[in-house]
Amino acid sequence: MKNKKKLLAGPYLFWSVSFTIIPLLMIVYYALTDKTGAFTLQNLAKITTPENLKALGLSLLLSALSTLICLLLAYPLALILSNRQVNQTSFIVLIFILPMWMNFLLRTLAWQTLLEKNGVINSVLGFFHLPPLQIINTPYAIILGMVYNFLPFMVLPIYNVLVKIDKDVINAALDLGATRAQTLWKVIIPLSIPGIISGITMVFIPALTTFVISDLLGGSKILLIGNIIEQEFKQSSNWNVGSGLSLILMVFILLSMALIGKYDKDGEGTAF
Amino acid sequence: MANKLIDIVNVSKSFDDNLVLDELNLYIRENEFLTLLGPSGCGKTTLLRILGGFETPDKGRVIFEGQDITNLAPNKRQLNTVFQKYALFTHMTIADNIAFGLKIKGKSKAYINDKIKYALKLVNLDGYENRSVDSLSGGQQQRIAIARAIVNEPKVLLLDEPLGALDLKLRQDMQYELIRLKNELGITFIYVTHDQEEALTMSDTIVVMNQGYIQQIGTPEDIYNEPENAFVADFIGDSNIISARMVRDKLVNILGVDFECVDTGFGENKPVDVVIRPEDIDLVAPEKGIITGIVTHVIFKGVHYEMEVMANNYEWLVHSTDMFPVDSVVGIWVNPFDIQIMKKPESEDEEAVIIEE
Repeated sequence: MKNKKKLLAGPYLFWSVSFTIIPLLMIVYYALTDKTGAFTLQNLAKITTPENLKALGLSLLLSALSTLICLLLAYPLALILSNRQVNQTSFIVLIFILPMWMNFLLRTLAWQTLLEKNGVINSVLGFFHLPPLQIINTPYAIILGMVYNFLPFMVLPIYNVLVKIDKDVINAALDLGATRAQTLWKVIIPLSIPGIISGITMVFIPALTTFVISDLLGGSKILLIGNIIEQEFKQSSNWNVGSGLSLILMVFILLSMALIGKYDKDGEGTAF
Repeated sequence: MANKLIDIVNVSKSFDDNLVLDELNLYIRENEFLTLLGPSGCGKTTLLRILGGFETPDKGRVIFEGQDITNLAPNKRQLNTVFQKYALFTHMTIADNIAFGLKIKGKSKAYINDKIKYALKLVNLDGYENRSVDSLSGGQQQRIAIARAIVNEPKVLLLDEPLGALDLKLRQDMQYELIRLKNELGITFIYVTHDQEEALTMSDTIVVMNQGYIQQIGTPEDIYNEPENAFVADFIGDSNIISARMVRDKLVNILGVDFECVDTGFGENKPVDVVIRPEDIDLVAPEKGIITGIVTHVIFKGVHYEMEVMANNYEWLVHSTDMFPVDSVVGIWVNPFDIQIMKKPESEDEEAVIIEE
């Protein structure tokens, strides 16, 4: 009986071994060897070249800024949503999730068209004799793309934690003399930290590794670490260096995961 | 008696189309242990939330020490609430939970520390300052919730079914704790419960509510011994509620047999309801009883036996420490002052009439 149940885990085991564990080991193997297959740390050291460091720094900066903007936009929204009646909420949540049903590339391409020099936004601005917006191919456009694409990943975990806070806990704070602002600051925000941490990770990691958004909205001049890795794999066909840089990036991701583990012991924030 | 502290004047409240409180009037005195008692949905919790400031009545006013506080925010009211599910701040230590209200008021560190010590001692949890909320049992959490409320020295403590989640033994212990606390603090307690035994044990005054109306206000003895209508009689303890006819003053005809009683003023030959508590019925030898009947059920309940006796087509519920076996013929005898006569409601609507004090 027990063995039969174990058999049911077979397909999943096969899947994760072939598509997660083996590829990961291959990346580690490529990262630590050169083209002849000899052991080397050169690939990892490639991160220290000025242009790679610049790309990593820019990636960290832009994804941190996007995460911050997402948090500032998402928290009030999640707070408003969590105070609504259930039937109202599902409609507003739907409006928020609806764009996620469309392809990520298409949505980013749409922004490209909107932001172009002669794009829709500038045509409308021109019609009202307003100066044109010139943010396409700048870091601002990349941040815009990141915030637009990743905002739902910030809203949902925070919303999930906020709706689970017992209304009487908030009432208790008011009852003990706290104003609405004090209640928010001393009770609601501290209790929603697992959701905030989870949201930060879910925005920060994809933002840090993206190369599509920077490709489409940043032009070819602004290189993020994701673009460098993509180029190593596709243009230079240098899998060893690409893997080395991927491994370095993975360190940053593992660091954020460790942060979640520390604050989100119950896994509340990620439960959606 | 002591002064009126809170006056609830003509308060009505409905949620959507559902009328929860209908033109309710009630006053609460200083230093009183008042219990709002009723089945779920009777409006007792809504009334408490209106006092706490978490709901605003559609109509009517709440007067606190002569001031209209109907629209005052909860954080401006001189009363504190103990919530049903404790509602402690799980991200803080016990000490920080208790200090919450005092820190907001900007009290000094020394004062706050003294208060924490005092409050923990009062609820018998000395030394728990640095424990986390999750490490406490339900009963301990509830006592912390009480400590957190009373350090603010409220004039009134509102308690919303605070013992509902606890097991029987703990609930009984906490009932005595609450009575002791109230006497030590000398403040007014307003307590909401659906548990009639809890209400009878702790209260100075019980307000029995049903469907948004007050059914009866009185001391536990009044409510138990002299229920004013069938709802109160039925809700408070087991009882035999029988349709009867008042023959004249001090004589009532129950199931075709005349019983002596002590009530007067119901008129002659008027239909009434009578309440006889199961423990007030004496089972005697058949020739000594007012009615004779046959025992149909016997259940051992610990302190007493619960028996059902079929007599004159009515199944009488009897509690007695003496057991009569099933099928034995017994006489039923009731002391005249144990028969409580109630005016019969004349229509369905009157089942829930406002009973004037």
